[in-house]
Amino acid sequence: MNGEGNLSRREFLSLAGASGLYVFFRIEDLLAQEPARLGGRPGYPTDFNAYLRIGEDGRTTCLVGKVELGQGAMTSLAQLLAEELDVPFGSVDMVMGDTDLCPWDMGTFGSLSIRQFGPVLRSAAAEARAVLLQLGAERLQVPPDRLQVKDGVISKLGDPGTHITYAQLVQGRRIERHLEKVPVKPPKEFRVVGRAAARKDALEKVTGRARYAADIGLPGTLHARIVRPPAHGATLKDADTDRVANVPGATVIRDGDLIAVLHECPDLADRALALVKAQFDRPAPAVDDATIFGHLLKNAPAAQTLGESGNLEEGEKSAAAVFDRTYLNSYVAHTPMETHSALARIENGKVTVWASTQTPFGIKAQVAQALGFPPEKVRIITPYVGGGFGGKSASRQAIEAARLARITGRPVQVVFDRAEEFFYDTFRPAAVVKIRSGLTSAGKIAFWDFKVLCAGEREAKHFYDIPNQRTVSAGGWQGGQPTGLHPFAVGPWRAPSVNTNTFARESQIDIMAAKAGSDPLQFRLSHVSDPRMVRVLKAAAEAFRWTPKPAPSGRGFGVACATYLGTYVATFAEVAVDRATGRVRVSRVVCAQDMGLVVNPDGARQQTEGAIAMGLGYALTEEVRFRGGEVLTRNFDTYEVPRFSWLPTIETVLIENPDTPASGCGEPPIVCMGAVVANAIHDATGARLFQLPMTPARIKAALRT
Amino acid sequence: MVRPVSFTINGEPVRVTTDEDRMLLWVLRYDLGLTGTKFGCGEGLCGACSVIVGTEAVRSCSTKVKDIEGKQVLTIEGLSQDGHLHPLQGAFLERHAFQCGYCTSGMIVNAYALLLKKPRPTREEVVKAMDDNLCRCGSHTRILEAIDAAAAAMSGGVR
Ligand code: FES
Ligand code: FES
Repeated sequence: MNGEGNLSRREFLSLAGASGLYVFFRIEDLLAQEPARLGGRPGYPTDFNAYLRIGEDGRTTCLVGKVELGQGAMTSLAQLLAEELDVPFGSVDMVMGDTDLCPWDMGTFGSLSIRQFGPVLRSAAAEARAVLLQLGAERLQVPPDRLQVKDGVISKLGDPGTHITYAQLVQGRRIERHLEKVPVKPPKEFRVVGRAAARKDALEKVTGRARYAADIGLPGTLHARIVRPPAHGATLKDADTDRVANVPGATVIRDGDLIAVLHECPDLADRALALVKAQFDRPAPAVDDATIFGHLLKNAPAAQTLGESGNLEEGEKSAAAVFDRTYLNSYVAHTPMETHSALARIENGKVTVWASTQTPFGIKAQVAQALGFPPEKVRIITPYVGGGFGGKSASRQAIEAARLARITGRPVQVVFDRAEEFFYDTFRPAAVVKIRSGLTSAGKIAFWDFKVLCAGEREAKHFYDIPNQRTVSAGGWQGGQPTGLHPFAVGPWRAPSVNTNTFARESQIDIMAAKAGSDPLQFRLSHVSDPRMVRVLKAAAEAFRWTPKPAPSGRGFGVACATYLGTYVATFAEVAVDRATGRVRVSRVVCAQDMGLVVNPDGARQQTEGAIAMGLGYALTEEVRFRGGEVLTRNFDTYEVPRFSWLPTIETVLIENPDTPASGCGEPPIVCMGAVVANAIHDATGARLFQLPMTPARIKAALRT
Repeated sequence: MVRPVSFTINGEPVRVTTDEDRMLLWVLRYDLGLTGTKFGCGEGLCGACSVIVGTEAVRSCSTKVKDIEGKQVLTIEGLSQDGHLHPLQGAFLERHAFQCGYCTSGMIVNAYALLLKKPRPTREEVVKAMDDNLCRCGSHTRILEAIDAAAAAMSGGVR
């Protein structure tokens, strides 16, 4: 046995993400070879051996601190490695998010896997390939420029009989040579990148063999259910746990504020938890889901000016019409289908935690701190994660499991139920955007004064040609709010800030286009000079078969566009509104994106389809209900997420732009969904919605005014 | 009450001695080690825990073990036969009808029950049958396409 408890190495690698394929070096060797890192804030290691291992069997293991959340990073990162190293895509095994085996990573979010980490992995693989080529030249006694590499085999040009494989060269050892400044391949030489690839996680996921944190079984595991306060801010007064004994096998642990009921079966732990009578002191609720916006307006932190040019006063003087509008959006939950889960085991003074997380290295530090362990005595392993969307950056369950494992001396699993998932979610913050803007008599935007409260500054600045303008932001999703601003935690939610900022901006643009009597696409095009934006707008319009008409045209067509961290996106939608019920049916969505280099076109399409479906939720129904720190939304009956019957036909247009660096696609296509649906509702009915989600009640109210 | 309860799981007879009021989901996952069936909501609202009992898809989070006594239970682990994927699994795999994959077992199992009843469902029938299975990643389009493809493959051709 290799010290991995009851998991065989095969299983171990499989759950770490290696698709259940054998690799021929030993885990202990990998541990021994971990590159030295500087203390403080570590960055990506420079030694390429940290990212890849060539096995004696010819398979290559790629080690990355990123995790597979569903976004397909396991596949697209394998494509990048295979491309630059010149090995078959099918021979790459991925090990992801294991803090002992993988190089440090900040976390998997912000569409950074490809945009930011992609170049790191590519250059590591390119350097390894160049070193291997040099080693091969020495071994074959042929100058490197007379050699070629294909599928991990180095051979002499015109003499394929003279060849050596990577595996033969490396013989399972670490590669000690290094080269400086090896260039990566130019896109025109790509064979693997830019093409569809079979997902590496497919077989495990369709057979039920894919393991998530709650699926890791260790003998002797206790399942913990934890006494939770009824509201954020409530403090424990008293707890009577005597009746827990009525459930045979259930035990109670108290450790400061942590009261847990443990049992070998999670459902029986749950049954025992229901027998605990805990009393809490609760502060009087200061705010609820109806009064929150006034509260934010009053209490938001100081505003920062993000950009300004021209002169707003002059602009306003030149305006023939002025528009003063306020846009609101509610708290939105992440609700991944997999709730936060973790299993912790302590053995020989070292804690191992299998956790559903987007930030394994972040949790490592938190667990170390909670247990008072040195960091090298903490290992986080990230199996498949059942969705994150930003919500699995916070991972209290991992810390709770580790604390309880230490107290009980047994492996402990903590799996949130759905109510806990809502309660401890780091919601997308409720936010307010105020825009004051004006039009000249010639139908040009004269000025633009944009102020966002609490959503965050990302992409708050517009990209339109406006002579007099200012963008101001106060507060955001990152925390650092004044205490009590939000009654619970807020955090990043797929494309943080940008859903809110885009909803407000693109609604306001539409309002002005309508006032100017212009077609909304034409109005945008006449205020945009960035050729990438022009291109996505035109590409989406063509796929949508847009014909110009000022809104409201009665057709139910909407348009919105945005930039997101280097990606350009334009979305068109068609809706039908039932005036009697206020229900909206989105029947068709076309989304065009320019994300620079597309690593995996099918993956990009899939992310786009997913983002559009998910975006319908925050546009139409998703809204967390609360009274003070009490989260009233507890399950899917009162929090409606998109379903099959909501589904529009979706068409994705990917702009070819391989010479621009890849900028990511998991988030950009969601950002227009609020605005495009709002604009389409206006086009259908003439009614304008200023608040997300656009529920039937709000739509009926808007239709009445 | 703790007592032995017998049923068939993926073709194998089993007998578990347990509290008969426990929900099947937990017996599958922890007593029998079949972790392909997932917990999503615990209240019959998401479909992640779907399994087949007899010929019907049921929500195992809300089905007591005593209620499946003597019955045949099929889970995602029982769908492939002799190392061959079920056509639904094959279609999900080929079309990448998943992202995080957490809803996938429930989706496939629920679609399996639909195709038992209606080998060639219309798109509307598929949507109706699948509508209470939630997917947060938004894999819906591909799931519908995969079910269509599997139905076609199973009845021997394209419509
Ligand atoms: S877990 Fe059973 S329906 Fe959601
Ligand atoms: S694939 Fe993630 S929930 Fe469906």
